[in-house]
Amino acid sequence: MNKVVVQIKRFFSRLIVIFQRLFSILETPLRKIFGHKLAIPLLVLTAVIVQNIISTPNFFDISIKNGLLSGYIPSIMDEAGELLIITLGMTLVIAVSGGVDLSVGPIMAIAASFCGLLLNGSEYRTDVFQNPYILALFIGLLAGVLCGAFNGIMVSYLKIQPMIATLILFTAGRSIAKLITHGQTIYIMNPVYKYLGVQIPGVPIRTTILISLLFVILVTLLVKLTSLGLYVQSVGINGSAARLVGLNSNAVKFMAFVICGLLAGVAGLVGSSGVGSVNSGELGMSIEMDAILAVALGGNSLSGGKFSIAGSVIGAYTIQAITTTLYAMNVRPDQLNVFKALIIVVIIVASSEIFKERIKRLIRRILSSIPKSSKKTTVVGGCSDEN
Amino acid sequence: MNKQTDDIQNPALTMNGIGKSFPGVCALRNVNFNLRRGEIHALMGENGAGKSTLVKVLTGVYSMDCGSVRLDGKSIMIKSPQDAQKQGISTVYQEVNLCPNLTVAENLFLGREPRSMGLIAWRKMNIQATELLRELNISASPTAQLDSCSIAIQQMIAIARAVNTKCKFLILDEPTSSLDADEVRRIFALMRHLKESGVGIIFITHFLEQVYEICDRITVLRNGELVGEYEVRNLSRLELVSKMMGKEIENLSVLSSEKEKVKPADETPIIEAVGLSSGNAKVAPFDLKMYKGEVVGFAGLLGSGRSELVRSIYGADKSVIGKLYVRGKASRIKKPLSAIKKGMAYLPEDRKAEGILSELSVRENIVIALQAKRGMLRRISRKEAEKYADEYIKLLSIKTAGTETPVKSLSGGNQQKVILARWLLTNPEFMILDEPTRGIDVGTKTEIQRLILKLASEGKSIAFISSEMDEMIRTCSRMVVMRDRRKVGELSEENIDQSMIIRTIAGGDGNNE
Repeated sequence: MNKVVVQIKRFFSRLIVIFQRLFSILETPLRKIFGHKLAIPLLVLTAVIVQNIISTPNFFDISIKNGLLSGYIPSIMDEAGELLIITLGMTLVIAVSGGVDLSVGPIMAIAASFCGLLLNGSEYRTDVFQNPYILALFIGLLAGVLCGAFNGIMVSYLKIQPMIATLILFTAGRSIAKLITHGQTIYIMNPVYKYLGVQIPGVPIRTTILISLLFVILVTLLVKLTSLGLYVQSVGINGSAARLVGLNSNAVKFMAFVICGLLAGVAGLVGSSGVGSVNSGELGMSIEMDAILAVALGGNSLSGGKFSIAGSVIGAYTIQAITTTLYAMNVRPDQLNVFKALIIVVIIVASSEIFKERIKRLIRRILSSIPKSSKKTTVVGGCSDEN
Repeated sequence: MNKQTDDIQNPALTMNGIGKSFPGVCALRNVNFNLRRGEIHALMGENGAGKSTLVKVLTGVYSMDCGSVRLDGKSIMIKSPQDAQKQGISTVYQEVNLCPNLTVAENLFLGREPRSMGLIAWRKMNIQATELLRELNISASPTAQLDSCSIAIQQMIAIARAVNTKCKFLILDEPTSSLDADEVRRIFALMRHLKESGVGIIFITHFLEQVYEICDRITVLRNGELVGEYEVRNLSRLELVSKMMGKEIENLSVLSSEKEKVKPADETPIIEAVGLSSGNAKVAPFDLKMYKGEVVGFAGLLGSGRSELVRSIYGADKSVIGKLYVRGKASRIKKPLSAIKKGMAYLPEDRKAEGILSELSVRENIVIALQAKRGMLRRISRKEAEKYADEYIKLLSIKTAGTETPVKSLSGGNQQKVILARWLLTNPEFMILDEPTRGIDVGTKTEIQRLILKLASEGKSIAFISSEMDEMIRTCSRMVVMRDRRKVGELSEENIDQSMIIRTIAGGDGNNE
């Protein structure tokens, strides 16, 4: 009996030694992979996709229906469009200020309302444009920029905490939008209006996907081709040091908020075009929370400083993928947020520094305790032999 | 009666053979200190002398490695700040540690409010507060909110709070550093009052005038060791300063200098300040000329306004008054960027808080100032930036794993070199180096000193601040001396020796010695 126990113990200790060797070989590449800042966001996205492949075998199928690409992936990318655009702006705001812009949803509503007002004039439902389409888009975007500028002035020049400063438009924004549209939902029946949010005739890809990717590219270029990215990170890491090396911290902060406002305007126009109407009570509802989450899921620090646009993009798609997956698993819409929250809690905890540190310590402890314990087992084995 | 004289003869609080070390540094070595009842005892020393460590040992923030503390002859153990308070030792720190949004009375009794039936007895508290304030001659209303009081009153309330915890010994850590002359007088009145009522006070300050005005005895520390304990009336200012700096006046000899003799030619100075001052009165208006190819040292004790002076040239603090000429042209410099564009560079004293961008890479830290100078749209390409970074890593022999290493993972000396590289890259004509060698290993220190001399020989004008006298004497061709936030003198090449500098820093009666 004892001999069996000893053999089992020996077997295990051998197994552990093999495991250790394997680990020591793999350690450097593993550390490289997991040390990369995008490791966890990518891991999460992969996990969500794997889950989808298991539950829906036709996940990767893409077909053309009614002249449009359709399938799971195009639909996730389409639905993530507005969130993705908003997330880009949110990334900059969080990086530069360590705070968040809560007012992006209401800014979407304001921008869309201005656009709708110009297009429909005094009519609530019409298919004739009262003003040039381009002019209406421009005014809508301008409204977004102005809202962003308001937030920017509050935060950078008046030194109000970003959350409080943007709470003003968060509270008032939808009412302002209703004021513009006289409290009515505006229906824009002209098919041209749907170009932005649905499809441009002849193009087989949803415009939302194209526009959101276009802005990903634009913002990436803005950050990489100018030194805006470096400025934003410097100001976010250490405002007073940034000032002493000659950066205008206030102007950089202001700019980030203006860009965020502009992008919210774009998202507003895309969103309202998608449904062919302007409903300021619904448009971009609670999108700010998803955007903040997307930034966090992308491995960006919410206390400002370094940021990664790629991370945020992955974050935004991950959130949308989770939502779509849950729907595909027949989760009831009113239960959706519970499951979403559960998944996000797990992800956020797993990517937190403390958790990572604990895991590292745990692994180290296991590895360092094994040689001792294996020696012990032989000693114990020796004793039992004597017995 | 007999007992009272005993108290005065025998120190009430004695610390013997105190030693304390931290990993890598020995902060205190065999230090003795004693405090009588009813005296004001100055604890003096330059940066890193061990004053605050000694105070923290006494108040239980740190535990000592060796030595003993005796209170009225009885050996005591102070385990924590709370414990120190129980033993009757209270501390008031430089920054007021009170709650600005509570009332004066609430602050005085916070955590030990008079209670009746479990609730705070507000009336009783206010009455007690009124009594306490009257007793100490503090003109504040107990129901006023604390932040409506001036800083001096707040400081006095902090003292009152400390005294109220039945304190026998009071430690005042630079209580006067942010006060004006009138406010200082009021604090002193309060201190004298406490002294008369038998409280022993340890007073830490950088202002020599104040020491001579109010203190009875002085204990001087240097590099964690006790220099000595003196009666104020027996120690001249000159002796005090030389003891703090560690140079005996008798033995002073001019050090051989590596510096080249640079005679400022009769050309327009690169920088000329006329009546310049920071608007917040951190430094009195001063005149200054800086020429090409010279290293000008700024000497003075800590808190003498050295940093504030150079910061006002660079536009580091808002609202500057007075006139500044750059290469003879009148310039208004309101923000660092305009200073950089005029060819200035500034290495700040506090590397962590104002220097490094900790999470960014070495490369980004090096190019950031040049990038700011160029503007946002003319981005320095990755390739170019890597070239610059490599160049300066080699030039200054910065020890880093690579250009992409986050700067926070470098050692202090190498971080400092990164900041130097950042400024050299902008090719400045006038460099302000505020304590560039602080907290840096000896090897790097000499490297930086050599670099300073080399830069000057290349024609740059350098303003150099250091707490180490030797270092400045070795490198500077001219010395501006500061005392109590005022420029008090300027020593040219032939006059730069330690005794002269110390005499000028000590000022006043020092020259009569």
